[in-house]
Amino acid sequence: MTLTFLYLWFVIGGILAWISGRWSKNFPRWISLGFLSIHMAVLIIIWIKYLAAQSAGIQSGPWIMEINVPWIARFGIHYSLALDGFSLLLIVLSNFLGIMAVAASWEGIQYRIGFFHFNLLWILAAIVGIFLAMDLFLFYFFWEIMLVPLYFLIGIWGHENRTYATLKFFIFTQASGLFMLLAILGLYFVHGASTGIYTFNYTDLLGTPMSGTTAFWLMLGFFIAFGVKLPLVPVHTWLPDAHTEAPTAGSVDLAGLVLKVGAYGFIRFMIPLFPEASFSFAPVAMILSVVGIIYGAVVAFGQTDLKRLVAYTSISHMGFVLLGAFAWNQLALQGALIIMLSHGLSTGALFILVGDLQDRIHTREMGKMGGLWDTMPRMGGYAMFFSMASLGLPGIGNFVGEILVLFGVYQVSVTLGIIATIGFIVATIYSLWIIQRAFWGKNTQSWKLHDHNPREVAIMVIMVVGLMWMGLYPQTILNTSRQAFKNMRQYVYNVFQPYHQKSSAYQVNPARDEMTEKSLNTAQIKPKDGDQK
Amino acid sequence: MLELLWIVPALPFLGFLLLVLFGKHLSRTGVALIGVGSVGISGILTILIAISFITAPPAGHHFAQTLWVWIDVAGFTPAIAFYLDSLSMIFMLVITFVGFLIHLYSSEFMLDDDGYSRFFAYMNLFIGSMLTLVMGNNLLLLYLGWEGVGLCSYLLIGFWYQDPANGYAARKAFVVTRVGDASMAVGLFLLFKHFSTLNIQSILTQAPDLWAIGAPVATAAALLLLGGAVGKSAQLPLQTWLPDAMAGPTPVSALIHAATMVTAGVYLIARMHVVFALSPIAMLIVAIVGALTLLLSGFSAITQVDIKRVLAYSTISQIGYMFLGLGVGAWSAAIFHFMIHAFFKALLFLGAGVIILTHHHEHNMFKMRGIRKQLPVTFWTFLIASGALAAFPLVTAGFYSKDAIIWYAWSSEQGSPLLWVAGFVGAFITAIYTFRMVFITFFGEPRMEATHKPGIRLKIPLVVLGTLSVIAGFLNLPETMGHFTPFSDFLHFALPAVRTFHETLTQEFFFQIYTALASLVGIYLAYFFFIRKFEFIVQFTKTTFGAALQRYWFSGWAFDWFYDLLFVRPYIWIARINKEDVFDLIYDGIAAISRVFNRMFSFTESGRIRAYAMSIVIGAIIILTIAVVL
Repeated sequence: MTLTFLYLWFVIGGILAWISGRWSKNFPRWISLGFLSIHMAVLIIIWIKYLAAQSAGIQSGPWIMEINVPWIARFGIHYSLALDGFSLLLIVLSNFLGIMAVAASWEGIQYRIGFFHFNLLWILAAIVGIFLAMDLFLFYFFWEIMLVPLYFLIGIWGHENRTYATLKFFIFTQASGLFMLLAILGLYFVHGASTGIYTFNYTDLLGTPMSGTTAFWLMLGFFIAFGVKLPLVPVHTWLPDAHTEAPTAGSVDLAGLVLKVGAYGFIRFMIPLFPEASFSFAPVAMILSVVGIIYGAVVAFGQTDLKRLVAYTSISHMGFVLLGAFAWNQLALQGALIIMLSHGLSTGALFILVGDLQDRIHTREMGKMGGLWDTMPRMGGYAMFFSMASLGLPGIGNFVGEILVLFGVYQVSVTLGIIATIGFIVATIYSLWIIQRAFWGKNTQSWKLHDHNPREVAIMVIMVVGLMWMGLYPQTILNTSRQAFKNMRQYVYNVFQPYHQKSSAYQVNPARDEMTEKSLNTAQIKPKDGDQK
Repeated sequence: MLELLWIVPALPFLGFLLLVLFGKHLSRTGVALIGVGSVGISGILTILIAISFITAPPAGHHFAQTLWVWIDVAGFTPAIAFYLDSLSMIFMLVITFVGFLIHLYSSEFMLDDDGYSRFFAYMNLFIGSMLTLVMGNNLLLLYLGWEGVGLCSYLLIGFWYQDPANGYAARKAFVVTRVGDASMAVGLFLLFKHFSTLNIQSILTQAPDLWAIGAPVATAAALLLLGGAVGKSAQLPLQTWLPDAMAGPTPVSALIHAATMVTAGVYLIARMHVVFALSPIAMLIVAIVGALTLLLSGFSAITQVDIKRVLAYSTISQIGYMFLGLGVGAWSAAIFHFMIHAFFKALLFLGAGVIILTHHHEHNMFKMRGIRKQLPVTFWTFLIASGALAAFPLVTAGFYSKDAIIWYAWSSEQGSPLLWVAGFVGAFITAIYTFRMVFITFFGEPRMEATHKPGIRLKIPLVVLGTLSVIAGFLNLPETMGHFTPFSDFLHFALPAVRTFHETLTQEFFFQIYTALASLVGIYLAYFFFIRKFEFIVQFTKTTFGAALQRYWFSGWAFDWFYDLLFVRPYIWIARINKEDVFDLIYDGIAAISRVFNRMFSFTESGRIRAYAMSIVIGAIIILTIAVVL
């Protein structure tokens, strides 16, 4: 019931917000905020209970909660939702960024406010659904639903070039989604043919026996869909357009949540469903991630539109996530999750900052900025903080994530670990460039602007606190997700041991092997150290 | 007392937080009280801890304190934990003590600046991060401090952000050091992979068991860490950022770019000495890097006209000495030179700051001249510090610290005559450029008048540091002069003693005479060329060769030009040319093709019945033909 509530609540909230928009401008805002807050309260209760159970050592199955009832029984479609630490954290992030998005658009959105909030909440509903769905049909359903409100959000409240951006965004995601649909159906029939049970249920489909070629093609279908969302170079070009043209709330949702959905898909579905195919494909995927890390950063540095610059940095950061996913050890997976969360906050905050700036100077061109620290020291300070987060300054969440991923990746591939570390340098270049062009230098346009108002300050402070928390005491999060990742790794290792067998296409040297084994041992067989806590 | 260890870095962080939150609403006095006070209390606490540490040493002469586990994933458990031993103790003392003096100085120096509270916020953040760097018990926490000081360096170089040149210098410093940091990060990955921990002490104890002397992996680890060290400490090949870093306010140069942050590399190598000692090649490379850096930047210093740039090159050169000392295994000599250098170089910068402040922010020495009568305190303290820098024999601290390094460059097991020659020539050059600076700035016909007298808060640090630049040398006297060595005895709890060939005392004595002569002759030559026969120099720089040489040295051996050509321009070029993202061409192409088809097909839909009928007929004919033919 609770699981149904988690997404249905936003569906209801969205409808109410839309209707209430007829009477007052403020009703939709307050209704959204109210629905989000109650939702958050529920999440926090679940979270605290889970952490308490964890520390008490109570392990009750792989899920915190689950629900599984037949939906369309003759096709083996189930209404199957489940929650574990991994999805819980991502839902918390969705809700959190939802609140931030509502707060950030409090003054900026003055047109069709009711419908705006309807879309905002429905995006969240779909995303929560994606994070909960454990039936591939249901998953695909939420996956596609998500696009529609997002399409409206960018198309109606976006900036100058929004039509082009929405079209591009829609075609990219829709087309790639079709590949996933094919792969889902393929998996459905393959599983049915070999076992006689036709089902879309995730847990049943795990470990489906199939030939290497079949597995490869099915895996590729998922890979394309998730890769476009993540996004991977070279299918990333929808992202800068969509992010740049979207209203602030849309950019926050896109960067903070939609990209995470792609990463979530890789970790939850693609790798566990097709372990062997995924890991024989890993070199390609990991090289693409590393290319993305560097390429995104280089292109970001070349931009003159501040929002576009920030958009490109996402490509760079998400590259670390995929790299971590394919390294598939506890270090890298935990790191990938921390990046997902902290990138949601830091990039979301940067988009909000750019939005605030655009509200004031009505341009995103960096050539028209400069010296803004003079007139807006507070905003400058926050911009400095989030730029530092973006370049991976220790003490901030992004660093913890990236360094964990790199430690994990280095165990698996020294070369890729080293190349990915260059990401730190290129990230420095674009991050400092943001500060230089916007806030340092001479105030050539003689801007006299209002500094952040209390509402804007509140948003920024919450984001800062969140990032510092993840940077200095990420343990709350790591404890929440530990079991979830261990379970997923367990599914995979039951079938296939990546970076272990000499037969793997991915050549591993003995020293590396030993380390993987060692980390495996600590993680699974004889839990010790932190794993008991 | 030792349990209060965590408060030492916590106080400056608290000061930073207070200044960030309330700085705008505080008066200048309030800001100064928080900014200077937090470091001051931290300094007092450090001294108390030091007293307790020395008088009642804890077991094993080290003390560890864990605040909380930072990250805990599958056996990867770096903690927020501090480690105190004689090495970190000395660094903490220097950081808080010199840091306090510089904060005190800044409270007057920056008084007319609009960013008063911002300045102290950054400075406090720096002290906190620097303390974290030297106190961290694991490499990840050290890295946190390491990046934190890098951030503060960036913020403070670009403190006067309105001038794009300052912003450029700040970015350059950050990016160049980040290159080193990336190398260091890879070093951490490697160490973790082999030791399954980042705890410094357990790495140091495990390393000799796991790795044989000269093992390639030990060399790799040492060189990767060295990469980080050369970035932070501005050594070859990443030294180019430091001269530009002089764009920041002068107290910043004194604190960050002379006394503390730039010696972080020295700390790192000394801290990880076991790993370095396992790789003779890496040690040799450290020594060679030091020797080359000290020579190249020494020559560059001779040609500078900006007083702060002379000091910047001199800092690079002196850290080169420390690297030379580390490279030959003379750990405690290097750390001793770090401490003495912190005293006299901070003093030189602070002195230069007074001169600049009282002379319309003029940096060019040739425009000042003869100002010794205008600023007597500054002159005398500056002279003492210059003596220490030039290693003026017997009475200055710099003589004892530098002489030890030069001596060990010869006599240590890893030493060699060539390294000694580099150190010896370096000492000679140091004396020349130092006293060139002194003679040009303070002697000759005055060209400018001081606008005002420096206040008491500017003078106290000068006098204190001046005193230390003389007496601190007696903390470690060489074997030939009493062999009174409390400093290195203290350090030997953390660092092994240097292993030398059995050289005789007479030999050491003669080598000291050489070093002393190098210093004295250098000073005399500076006097001869820059006071007596200045026209010689003027003549020489007018010849083609002289002018070229001067330009070459002046530009710091054209490293900037080279890096610009090799890295900066190509990077900018690629970013510019690819602004529109080359991959978009693919999708634009697909879109264009479908538009072409769209136009083709929509052409057929003309609305004319005749055309439709015609196309039906033609289609039918084609199909029939195919049917018939087949």
